[in-house]
Amino acid sequence: MRDTITWTIGGEAGFGIMSAGTVLARTFTRAGYHAFAVNDYPSLIRGGHNVVTVRIGSVPFHGVTKELHVLVALNAETVDIHKAELREGACVLFDPKDKEWKESDFPVKVHLLPLPLRDIASELHADTVMRNTIVLGASVALLGAPFEALFSVIHDQFIRKGEEVVSQNEKIARAGYDYVNSHYKDVTNMHMSPGVGTEKQAIVNGSEAVGLGAVRAGLKFAAIYPMTPINAIITFLADHAKELGIVYKQPEDEIAGINMAIGASIGGVRSMVATSGGGFALMVEGLSLAGMVEAPLVIDLGMRVGPATGMPTYTEQGELLFAIHAGHGEFARIILAPSDATEAYDLTIEAFNLADRYQVPVFVLTDKYLNESQWCVPLSHFEKPVTIDRGKLMTKDIKVTDGGFQRYDAASPDGVSFRSVPGTANGQYYANSYEHNGNGHVSADAGNRNAMVEKRARKGAAIQKAALPPQFFGDEKADITFVTWGTTKGAVISAVESLRAEGKKAAVVSYPWVYPFPADATKSLLSKAKRIIDVEQNSTGQLAQLLRAETGIEVTEKLLKYDGRPWYPEEIVEKLTT
Amino acid sequence: MATPLTAASYNTTYLPTWCPGCGNFGIWKSLEGAFASLGIGPDDGLIVYGVGCHGNMYDWIKMYGFVGLHGRTLPVAQGAKIANHTLPVVVVSGDGDCLGEGGNHFMHAAARNADVTVILHDNQVYGLTTGQASPTAKPGFKTKSTPLGSTDEPTNPLALGLVSGATFVARGFSGDLPGLTALMSEAIKHKGFSVLDILQPCVSFDKVHTYQWYRERLYTLESSGYVPNNKHAALEKSMEWGDKIPLGILYKEDKPTSEGLEPALLGDPLVRLPLEVAHWDKLLNEFV
Repeated sequence: MRDTITWTIGGEAGFGIMSAGTVLARTFTRAGYHAFAVNDYPSLIRGGHNVVTVRIGSVPFHGVTKELHVLVALNAETVDIHKAELREGACVLFDPKDKEWKESDFPVKVHLLPLPLRDIASELHADTVMRNTIVLGASVALLGAPFEALFSVIHDQFIRKGEEVVSQNEKIARAGYDYVNSHYKDVTNMHMSPGVGTEKQAIVNGSEAVGLGAVRAGLKFAAIYPMTPINAIITFLADHAKELGIVYKQPEDEIAGINMAIGASIGGVRSMVATSGGGFALMVEGLSLAGMVEAPLVIDLGMRVGPATGMPTYTEQGELLFAIHAGHGEFARIILAPSDATEAYDLTIEAFNLADRYQVPVFVLTDKYLNESQWCVPLSHFEKPVTIDRGKLMTKDIKVTDGGFQRYDAASPDGVSFRSVPGTANGQYYANSYEHNGNGHVSADAGNRNAMVEKRARKGAAIQKAALPPQFFGDEKADITFVTWGTTKGAVISAVESLRAEGKKAAVVSYPWVYPFPADATKSLLSKAKRIIDVEQNSTGQLAQLLRAETGIEVTEKLLKYDGRPWYPEEIVEKLTT
Repeated sequence: MATPLTAASYNTTYLPTWCPGCGNFGIWKSLEGAFASLGIGPDDGLIVYGVGCHGNMYDWIKMYGFVGLHGRTLPVAQGAKIANHTLPVVVVSGDGDCLGEGGNHFMHAAARNADVTVILHDNQVYGLTTGQASPTAKPGFKTKSTPLGSTDEPTNPLALGLVSGATFVARGFSGDLPGLTALMSEAIKHKGFSVLDILQPCVSFDKVHTYQWYRERLYTLESSGYVPNNKHAALEKSMEWGDKIPLGILYKEDKPTSEGLEPALLGDPLVRLPLEVAHWDKLLNEFV
């Protein structure tokens, strides 16, 4: 009986690889397990090598590890590419019509489980694309789970298309399940120990988690130009626009997107954009506008491999310093960096509150790995009540003031001034991209300029005080202290767990709130650290640069990965010993 | 509002900084007149201004204003309209702002039939940067950026509006206050994307297209018996330029608007809706 297994399915794009991963993950979360799915694919719609890896555990874990226990190959290429990752005793499911694999083809001893996928599909009058459903049934049998768990997921997925579609899919999945049970009854080394979870779990990708957080926070408008890796938030918002009473518009470009969102924000509703690095490059001018007119705005910046078009479907943490420095002129901003879907949901809600409270742009800095992986989150987490703080927003009872409504009142102690919404009596003002006075009229007066710069700067100082401290995990007096941010945290925590299991003292400091940088909290955590190692998913150590600029602490040891693939915990441990 | 609205209702303490005789004066006064006639007071609407000589108008119109970035008026206007679809939203833009830097936005706002009105100040030059050719500059027009005369095909805002999907396309003249005020009222009242291209002399940087030059050539479509209900005929008219230049409504069409097609905008405006999610549990169950 296993506590955890890693299962990988590979094949050409267009063969339902991605959905198979989600179905398997959901099957096991419904049965009380923890699950996580991550994909790897080139920017193609058909062809190319697509892979989804699902890790299933009877207890919670962080991300994936390198070891592979079950390989499902929908073509011969999948075996060629992944056979080196297989552990001793791993199972390989394949159609002998692709290739008659022999044990001698593999570097370690594996169980070969040929499955006549095409023959089964043709007997059931199913399209060859349905091979993914056959292997799902086969995989559930191989893992020793009951068919009913898989069936419940299939049922819910297809019931909208009718009972007939459900029963056809059930028949196909069951054929795979029965084939394994009748032909490979003796292969039991992949059977999972029982799932002990009693709570309902949701399976969401990072984009959906951001979307759920946004609508929970009262999002009313989003303008998002399609771009990998944030496309799933478009699907989520567009699919649910009617029932949620929100509007999603597809803008002509990201420049329009951010300006639409700013217009809606000035109009009084919570609004957001989402994009990746290239799209954000186009938004930079609008970011500066949001800073000047003090428009609350949430930006989901889903990082992918750059520069330029880069490797669009691969992951990187390359935009931290870009997000910090983007925009002409000086203005305050906040950058949050969730490490998983749970934090993506929480921090998106927080982002909307911060945006309203300080009237600044707030980034939720995500990446491809977060956005497109399927994460397991207890349903109860989403059910918790949330606090919504709209800050100094006035929608009625505005008193007439000399010189008009002082939207940009420079005297406000924390720099945050009351704002009105167009259409509100006595609230007339100008949201002005030019430097302006309290009512929003243009002003190039030196005294006014100083007062307004200082007003906006006071917001920055107030934000700095409210910054969330970094998270700490591990030994208090650690020999090795890792620093990291965003999604790299999962792999680093797993690495710390393995080091501690070997008796070493290790810890990790990670940053859900990256900017303004929580410098004081960082100094108290790191000033006495014996050995600090920076772990990031970029080639220049951007967090380490920020850390040095803000605290003077220089991190000389850096583990940097920039091949587009997420960090594996084993890689971190290996790099320490070599 | 207790007292009836007049142009004076929009007075601010700021005085215009335009050159004496600038075509913008006529556009400014016509716009105030149109708002007053439609009963839209300083707190009742939003004007989104671009950057250019036209954009400085906000300082002397008391009404909710958004002074955007150069070229980006239309996206801001559409976002604000979605936040409150009961709010009249007017864009005050220039030929450089709307057709140069913002050309892509113009095409797509028209295609969506967003319910906003574009007041397009069309004088063929960039006045605020002291006289370079704008996208509507006619061939041979000598400016600081085209000392040998403009060589590009001029952008035709009327034709571009028509083929892009605008549902109200008209041309006005800044030297004709009553006519322009009436056109603006029609444009603002129209449900859908309305484009009002306004020919205006630039007295400082254009010595060719003077008030006199225009007056000798302009005629009203209405007086010629033209009916603005045919897109092909409107396209023909949009290309009439030279000895005779038409003024008035070229095209008008009733068509669902970008906002009207949004299920969320069928009732109260978004800005007045509660923030809580109505069926949160049901939504969550999709992810289990």
